[in-house]
Amino acid sequence: MTSFSPGFRGRARPLADRLPPGQYPTEAFPVLSTGPTPHVPTAAWDLTVTTEHGETRRWTWDGMMELPQQDTVQDLHCVTRWSRFDTRWRGVPLDVFLEDLETAAEHVVVESHGGYTTNLPLADLLGGRAWIAHTYDGHPLAPEHGGPARLLVPHLYLWKSAKWVRALRLTTTNEPGFWESVGYHDYGDPWREQRTWGD
Amino acid sequence: MRTVWRTARLAERHAQTRSGRSLVFTVPGWPGHLPGQHLDVRLTADDGYQAVRSYSLAAPADGDRVELGVQAVPGGEVSPYLADELPVGAAVEMRGPLGNWFVWSGAGDEPVLLVAGGSGVVPLASMVRARRATGSPSAFHLLYSVRGPDELWYREDLLHEDPLLDVRIVYTRRSPQEADREPGRVLPADLRAPTARLEPASPAYVCGPTGFVESVADLLVGLGRDPATVRTERFG
Repeated sequence: MTSFSPGFRGRARPLADRLPPGQYPTEAFPVLSTGPTPHVPTAAWDLTVTTEHGETRRWTWDGMMELPQQDTVQDLHCVTRWSRFDTRWRGVPLDVFLEDLETAAEHVVVESHGGYTTNLPLADLLGGRAWIAHTYDGHPLAPEHGGPARLLVPHLYLWKSAKWVRALRLTTTNEPGFWESVGYHDYGDPWREQRTWGD
Repeated sequence: MRTVWRTARLAERHAQTRSGRSLVFTVPGWPGHLPGQHLDVRLTADDGYQAVRSYSLAAPADGDRVELGVQAVPGGEVSPYLADELPVGAAVEMRGPLGNWFVWSGAGDEPVLLVAGGSGVVPLASMVRARRATGSPSAFHLLYSVRGPDELWYREDLLHEDPLLDVRIVYTRRSPQEADREPGRVLPADLRAPTARLEPASPAYVCGPTGFVESVADLLVGLGRDPATVRTERFG
């Protein structure tokens, strides 16, 4: 008999191998963002990648769509505790944008329309584990979910998958992003429950 | 900052609406929080199964006393239990405070806009109560959207005579007879008067269901508010 929450039974125990600790499964696709949704037309969209030496690459929307595309099915894990299984995305693997760059940087700051930022190790964007995603479940990605294009890094908590992405800045030092500066974990591995500072 | 789980004992439960509850817990060691922050509540079943959900804090920091607003979601795993089953005197676990963005620091003296949809009023009530408790000179303008008059939370705090709190209620389904507007969703006209009293740097806090927050945040930008001054929090 536990000393907490007497009489609480909970739901049927979910698939333990797919649900990280402290998460619950949802069929919904909740929206979390810090302010108004930016509405960015694809004609005005571009993506820049800048190295620590100032070398810059830039893709327009049409240029991005001409790159090799990939379909991927992923489980999403939000730090607010919901997980959504088997989400279907289409986008361009980050490897395509980052290949053959002259860089010694080990960190990336991702910048979004609206001012949001997040930081990741460069290695986490490589190896087919991260995408610039523009299509969700067969439809253009809706603005409230980050459309026209967002970063998708499903092996980390979803705040790392920056919506309305516009730039990747490679840096030699780690620069904490928006949530990482106000108490959320620097790396954010859902399987190690890295939610906040100190986790 | 290491966030630990603390024992939280239910001290009081009050009905706010048919399915909305105020729960007051005693949490020894609670580190305090800012108006607008939330926390995680953890329940444990007899077999060790645990479920965790986030809830907004409804009142400013007050020692080890922590007040939450809980809307019972039909069929929900946690909220119906907290709303109606957890016995007074029994314990759950809490971790927090969380969220350092959707907060009112109380530092400035500029007017503030609050826009609530349904139980999204909970973290905004914490800000209203904090302003009153600290005697801040900031004028608060609250636009509160609810389905009907029986869905109003925190009547005593929000309808309390206060020269620095201007409350306008928008009924979306059923209006009382004295209402000056037909029932319906929040329109630009509803936001024009409160935004006219803001300063350029005034913060706006918008909390409610996703569709509500999307719509209101877009309307505020359309009325010329700087997107950087509009902070949002959503549920559902």
